[in-house]
Amino acid sequence: MKLVFEIARGDFTAAGKASSGIKKVLKQLLVDPKTIKRIVVAVYEAEVNVVAHSVGGTLTANISGNEITVVVQDYGPGISDIEQAMKVGFSTASRKVREMGFGAGMGLPNIKKNTDELTIQSQPGKGTMLVFSISI
Amino acid sequence: MQTVEKYHAIKVDIDKCMGCTHCMKACPTEAIRVARGVANINANRCVDCGNCLRVCPVDAFYVEEDSLEQLSKYKYKVLLFPAVFIGQFPESYSESSIYEAVLSLGFTHVLEVEQPIHLLIEIIKEQVLQAKNKPLISSFCPAIVRLIQSKYPSLVDNIIRMKAPHDLGAYYAIDLLSKEGIGREEIGIFYASPCSAKMAAVERPLGEEVSVVDGLINMYELYNKVRKVIKKAKKRDSVALRKGLRRDGIVWSLPRGEACHFKGRSMAVDGIHNVVKILERMENNEVPELDFLELRSCDQGCAGGILLTGNRFLTVERLQKRSKRYLIAESSDDHCFNCPAIKEKLKSGPIQPGYVYALDTNRKLALEKLQKVDRILCQLPGIDCGACGAPNCHALAEDMVQGKAKITDCVFLQNRYLNEEKIDLAKATRNLENTWGTNRFDADCNRKGGRNEGF
Ligand SMILES: Nc1ncnc2c1ncn2[C@@H]1O[C@H](COP(=O)(O)OP(=O)(O)O)[C@@H](O)[C@H]1O
Ligand code: SF4
Ligand SMILES: [Mg+2]
Repeated sequence: MKLVFEIARGDFTAAGKASSGIKKVLKQLLVDPKTIKRIVVAVYEAEVNVVAHSVGGTLTANISGNEITVVVQDYGPGISDIEQAMKVGFSTASRKVREMGFGAGMGLPNIKKNTDELTIQSQPGKGTMLVFSISI
Repeated sequence: MQTVEKYHAIKVDIDKCMGCTHCMKACPTEAIRVARGVANINANRCVDCGNCLRVCPVDAFYVEEDSLEQLSKYKYKVLLFPAVFIGQFPESYSESSIYEAVLSLGFTHVLEVEQPIHLLIEIIKEQVLQAKNKPLISSFCPAIVRLIQSKYPSLVDNIIRMKAPHDLGAYYAIDLLSKEGIGREEIGIFYASPCSAKMAAVERPLGEEVSVVDGLINMYELYNKVRKVIKKAKKRDSVALRKGLRRDGIVWSLPRGEACHFKGRSMAVDGIHNVVKILERMENNEVPELDFLELRSCDQGCAGGILLTGNRFLTVERLQKRSKRYLIAESSDDHCFNCPAIKEKLKSGPIQPGYVYALDTNRKLALEKLQKVDRILCQLPGIDCGACGAPNCHALAEDMVQGKAKITDCVFLQNRYLNEEKIDLAKATRNLENTWGTNRFDADCNRKGGRNEGF
């Protein structure tokens, strides 16, 4: 089962569409509520990052009988120092974004905490690809 | 997976139901389908919010209630009603005259349920203090508890483990009468309910134990009975019956009635469609750190209950005005004989998740069904008209994979199959009649509905 969501830059009200859509499907598959919660949190943080830090991208969820794999691909500007970005509290969010209640520097650490596997590939100037999976 | 069919209080009178799409479209849980010309409620999905009853143009929905004849079974007949009952009456009727009129219907005692309210305030505050899952969600509105059980199972542990005000009122009544040496078996407790949700909660309490309430009375009927006798009822002093009532109890069922006890760290949401939006956000961790979340299915809380008469905003205004004449609840209020014992009885067990939206208990089959839904949706026109008897195209696709509907139920696809000569006219007509009933498409100038419904 494949679900695809477009994520537009700067549209904070739309962040949450992918996580809600994925959540609905997982409930129909009778996935344990606690696992659903972990998935929803990871997907939501990934969505917010694309909205807040990139020029836009696509989120694809592949759901099999025992695992969900989420690929989040955006088209720039990329992350120059991934290790630093992963640190709790690190954020380059603008003041405007912070004033909207985002940019606490908890997003990537939260994704890490809630997933079984996470890889981040990024090319500065080109884009970032986040891949994570959680067994269901 | 739940195997026993759940009880629900709302029923369809199939003689009155004319088969339209109003209720099906208004149902927040997609529990209604139309087949053979009448609405059918899926008991597992129904949360008894009563939205169907509100929108029905021909009053085809009803709730089951007990008759007043049952009163004769008991020596002492206690009527419990929530304070909103009083708020329906024009101000020219004093609360004493309302009490007198209710008593004259054959009750020996009348009590408002929201007393002694400080017990509920204390239980909530204690649980908020110890909570592992925040925010704690009010257990007050049974429609919301059932909604969370079935649609938001990850949040069941956030629900406060506390029974409802009608249980409080019932235990209080038993306690008061026991002070006079009256035994439980001599007492009949009747509860006038503002809604179908509370009725279902009495018939089948979520903790699965037997309710302390012995009989249910429809508040709408009670109001009419009281209006008929209110002027003629003879004078009787009923002040003693209200001595446990406090300001906080009178407004308990109104918006912020519970939440106001948690200043700064609480939120109150009324209206089931608003509640759905908040619960979706809560599941996404998009709601800030709160201590307490008050959720009510009806707009303006129980003042908007489906068995109330009159305007909900006027009811709220009157109750607020009335409440100002009463004292604020204090933990030292001890009108009961044994308050600690009542408090203990008000605590309830955990709520079990329901999982009624799962396509299959078998993961592999569920996944296959999900993919099938996707393929079917490519065929359906996305008009969401409801002519198939399901609330929208997606719901029809889900019904199809569950073997409850077929593709020709879609009137537009059926038309295509007719054009392509895949089915004949006789079969197509039969299909339509299966959903909407025979003779449903004959011209009829006296047919109900279809005339500016909704305006
Ligand atoms: N998709 C992305 N594109 C570019 N930069 C990103 C992206 N995702 C995260 N970052 C960078 O990593 C930092 C940390 O991300 P995160 O932990 O989610 O915290 P926050 O979003 O609150 O800043 C961000 O401030 C940003 O500099
Ligand atoms: S808000 Fe009150 S009247 Fe409405 S469904 Fe809930 S308990 Fe019943
Ligand atoms: Mg972030």
